[in-house]
Amino acid sequence: MGKVAIKVNVNGVERAAEVEPRLLLVHFLRETLRLTGTHIGCDTSHCGACTVVMDGRAIKSCTTFAVQADGRNILTVEGLEQDGKLNPLQDGFYQEHGLQCGFCTPGMLMTGYVFLGENPNPTDDEIRHAISGNLCRCTGYVNIVKAYQYAAQKMREDGGA
Amino acid sequence: MIPRSFEYFSPRTLEEAIGLLQKLGPDAKLLSGGQSLIPMMKLRMVSPQHIVDINRIPNLDYISEIDGQLKIGALAREHQLETSDVISQKLPILADTAKFIADPLVRSQATVCGNLAHGDPANDHPATMLALGAKVVATGPKGPREIPIEDFFTSLFTTALEPEEILTEIRIPLPPANSGGTYLKLERKVGDFATAGVAAQLTLDDAGNCQRAGVGLTNVGLTPIKATKTEAFLTGKTLDQATINEAAEIAASESQPMDDIRGSADYKRDLVRVLTARALTRALERAKGGA
Amino acid sequence: MTLKTPPEIGGMGHRVKRREDPRFLRGQGNYVDDVVLPDMLYLDIVRSPYAHAKIANIDTSKALAIPGVLAVITGKDLEKYNLHWMPTLMSDTQMVLPVEKVMYQAQEVAAVLATDRYIAADGVDAVEIDYDPLPVVVDPKKALEPDAPVLRTDKPDKKDNHIWHWEWGNREETDKLFSEAEVTVKEDIYIPRIHVSSIETCGCVAHFDKVRGKLTVWMTTQAPHAIRTVFALVAGHVGLSEEKIQIISPDIGGGFGGKVPVYPGYVIAVAASVLTGKPVKWIEDRMENIQADSFARDYHITAELAGKKDGQLTALRIKTIADHGYTDAAANPSKFPAGLFHVCTGSYDLKAAHVEVDGVYTNKPPGGIAYRCSFRVTEAVHTIERMADLMAHQLGMDAAEFRLKNFIQPEQFPYTSALGWEYDSGNYAGALRLAMEKVGYADLRKEQIEKRARGELMGVGISSFTEIVGAGPSKHFDILGLKMFDSAEIRVHPTGKVLARFGTKSQGQGHETTYAQVVAEELGFPVDSVLVEEGDTDTAPYGLGTYASRSTPVAAAACAMACRKIKDKARKIAAYLLEAHEDDLEWEPGKFFVKGSPDRAKTIQEISLAAYTNHPPGMEAGLEAVNYYDPPNLTYPFGSYICVVDIDKGTGEVKVRRFVAIDDCGNIINPMIVEGQIHGGLTMGLGPALFEEIQYDESGNILQGSFMNYLLPTAVETPNWEIGNTVTPSPHHPLGAKGVGESATVGAPAAIVNAVVDALWHLGVRHIDIPITPAKVWKLLRDAGVRE
Repeated sequence: MGKVAIKVNVNGVERAAEVEPRLLLVHFLRETLRLTGTHIGCDTSHCGACTVVMDGRAIKSCTTFAVQADGRNILTVEGLEQDGKLNPLQDGFYQEHGLQCGFCTPGMLMTGYVFLGENPNPTDDEIRHAISGNLCRCTGYVNIVKAYQYAAQKMREDGGA
Repeated sequence: MIPRSFEYFSPRTLEEAIGLLQKLGPDAKLLSGGQSLIPMMKLRMVSPQHIVDINRIPNLDYISEIDGQLKIGALAREHQLETSDVISQKLPILADTAKFIADPLVRSQATVCGNLAHGDPANDHPATMLALGAKVVATGPKGPREIPIEDFFTSLFTTALEPEEILTEIRIPLPPANSGGTYLKLERKVGDFATAGVAAQLTLDDAGNCQRAGVGLTNVGLTPIKATKTEAFLTGKTLDQATINEAAEIAASESQPMDDIRGSADYKRDLVRVLTARALTRALERAKGGA
Repeated sequence: MTLKTPPEIGGMGHRVKRREDPRFLRGQGNYVDDVVLPDMLYLDIVRSPYAHAKIANIDTSKALAIPGVLAVITGKDLEKYNLHWMPTLMSDTQMVLPVEKVMYQAQEVAAVLATDRYIAADGVDAVEIDYDPLPVVVDPKKALEPDAPVLRTDKPDKKDNHIWHWEWGNREETDKLFSEAEVTVKEDIYIPRIHVSSIETCGCVAHFDKVRGKLTVWMTTQAPHAIRTVFALVAGHVGLSEEKIQIISPDIGGGFGGKVPVYPGYVIAVAASVLTGKPVKWIEDRMENIQADSFARDYHITAELAGKKDGQLTALRIKTIADHGYTDAAANPSKFPAGLFHVCTGSYDLKAAHVEVDGVYTNKPPGGIAYRCSFRVTEAVHTIERMADLMAHQLGMDAAEFRLKNFIQPEQFPYTSALGWEYDSGNYAGALRLAMEKVGYADLRKEQIEKRARGELMGVGISSFTEIVGAGPSKHFDILGLKMFDSAEIRVHPTGKVLARFGTKSQGQGHETTYAQVVAEELGFPVDSVLVEEGDTDTAPYGLGTYASRSTPVAAAACAMACRKIKDKARKIAAYLLEAHEDDLEWEPGKFFVKGSPDRAKTIQEISLAAYTNHPPGMEAGLEAVNYYDPPNLTYPFGSYICVVDIDKGTGEVKVRRFVAIDDCGNIINPMIVEGQIHGGLTMGLGPALFEEIQYDESGNILQGSFMNYLLPTAVETPNWEIGNTVTPSPHHPLGAKGVGESATVGAPAAIVNAVVDALWHLGVRHIDIPITPAKVWKLLRDAGVRE
């Protein structure tokens, strides 16, 4: 089966490639573009370790074909930093010990990026629901909720920086 | 977790998409949300030779109030139901249902129309659409046709859609005043299919009795189930606790669950009873003006 | 615990932010699947759909016809190099690839080597295998029946499926106490098979450099040195030599015991790399991970507890059948086939106990490993805490009062249990009372009475556990003969910075921070000046790795001891620089000063420089030390957990309303990290208690082979854990510290089960096996005539 030419904007940079239609977006990011921050944790679309942002929506990149991303904007964990500085969510995870092995963390960050953008003043319960598509085995989620709250507060204080 | 190879098409119009389905035949599958299709392809449970991706067809993602109906387009995502004002005001049962589907990440891609078109009795929207008396629009080479939802789910993973048809719209009559509904689902954890799910939508008459009842059941049969006996029983009655309890018993008897990993048939049948009673109680509260 | 160092130094007790976080937060971690080498090939594995079957034929022709598929490796290929079987960590044997027959569903049968991951998957699909099914044995009790099919036909003298019998304790004394007992309770407790399911699965990149004769393997392993030695022993005959084997355990996405065993995929990848001279990557997917990789638990327990009418416990008797799958591939210290199960007398002062375990072969994946706990300790704790609760309820005594009456008292430590363990320290009543206060125990019991009168189901459950971690003293502890010491190698640079390397391997526990804090504590170097490295066997000192909460008890102790050697030398250098006598020097964090003249001082940084530029004549230059620490004993962290549940009468759902956890791990290195370990451990206790289970049908088909049915708790199912701690230092540990990473997984399930049984006791419920699913509760309620 022939390859398809795609152009995807990833973290602000136009990336062009010829891909098999069956190439999963997560493999395109990890293997074609060598952005290995997005992880694979399952094969049934349950764990959320592969979460990225596509055109403003947090999606599971393992359940999306790279060809679907043609002409679209993708944001991965590598694109969160601003001028070498951690963004409020990343800082929140650092301050609140929201990560241990780090494997689910990129997914948690990308889900949070969209969620806090739409919900600047969430309750703990709303956060737990927002991350219910992201599994973690290390942390027990308590500090992840705290990390999100830290970020939300910081973003409210900085006027949505 | 790697799908088999396929040929990929990304039409820009509905006509083009339908034309492709006609040309490519039964080995072609539509890709909209992809949240059911792609997982199955990754497990190689299905391996379509051709994929027709409709995500680039513009203007299909609407949720609009038109002529007393709520119209949901082919590419409206589940997430949109959770944030839509018209839904939260007039049809909160749809937001209730959406919130139970998979998880938030899946819902940002999954489409409402896809949830129906897949024909899976474990999907959540079918019961709600049955309770609401919705219609779906199937558009094919001969143009669009309306199908009442109660005629749509014909058998396991099978709907009334012809092979070259696309489910392009859901039409839901906007309920009159004194209406309310909800969807309740028992899941083993967030993201699971229902052990059992019940949708209940009520409209009360001026005396406060039941003018219309819609009850749909999820994952307790080979297709989503419209609990017609339950609905008939409730119509015209005063909805006191005894009536609700009896309606719940009838709903349980209308379910056709099987033993599986989520539980025994007896358990699921009893869950239908419990969830129906709770859903009717909640629907009644909302119909009376509660939130 | 008083802080001995200021925050700028960041020694023990400080909530130092983690040094490892910056790379993970930026997506710059280096996990095995991130490793990419030029010309790298991909390995994917063909697996058996049958649980027990002869392999009649393997047809690789269609697979080999796919462009990009380079080879299909079968058991017959490995047999040529005698690599088709390998030893397990318990000195049993397991297949790498089968020649004759498969013995569990999802067993590796053949491996496809291809130029890319997608082609390898297509290759797997195209391999055609004919099987002749054989009778399947899944019930370990049936496996022991005389007419059961014998599974291990590869062992010529084996006539049954019994692996070993192990027993411990004083049988006569125990039986005597039982016969004299005023009260006894007996219960069958099944603790089902579960799976660690760390979010990263297992995998490796094997690279054999033909020219240099060196094998480098990036591997998801919790014990890189042990792997290196095992490879040298197993594959020495194909040209591998230990000094030319390098195992690199880079960033690991969670271990929990699942990354201790040597899985066939690793060995096949190594063989493929040796044969082709190219790097070979093998990364399993989740379904392979759940279906084939080592399970945990699967103990069929019959327990009995004896005591007096006033609630005083006297004796414990346990018989267990241990289902090991088709081979004993457990990761236990070699002398203990049932791990440390004999810590099952728990926190109570029992007079006598006897425990016996029989290991059994079945047609299931091999194992078992510890799922975030010390070896078989969850099984032990679950048993004693269930039995204690059963006895308390039977006698009509309050569950807390019953425990307080039977606890080993603080003045009894060090305490030798009836099964011979010398517990180092404990204050069980302290932890329980704190938990009771924090949860509002008395009010909860009042509320329970009121609710019960209204027909509402509410329960309060306690678990007061003693864990046993830090394997272990060389007298009793080894894995495949390798003693279970661990090591630290500390080197101070001229500019006052430190490189510290260890034989352990963090998979998220924060060693880059905590070990640095130990160095800061001992030597006064600011924690930011200390770089910690683990996981590369070419540079790290030999160690047995990280699992069973052993890093703090063993390697952090090694760290402290190595630091103390450095401090001794530093003192000598300081004395030389200050022209004073060593005995006239005093220490405060980061500097030596002359007694009475605090301005005559040398900082540790000045001393570091002097070690290279101005060291005393006759003394070797440099400032470094190595310590291989052989712990004199294990450490015994403990705690009390109280769980409050409300049960939905209609659906059977158990809602954990509150969960208070009080833990005591002695002196704490980093409280922030300890809290994180408790949160995570509690969640891996909740999972098995309410959600997780692996079952097989009669044909050996797995019923929970993916995350579809193997249910991991999300943030919605997980309660907001309320935690606290007491501090009872370990008297024998150089830092007074104990391990803690797994305590919560050990103690939590019993608290939850005890709460549910407590809620339903008045309906005649006495015990429920985990996981306590809504369906199970619903059935119990209906059988008791309770209906919404």
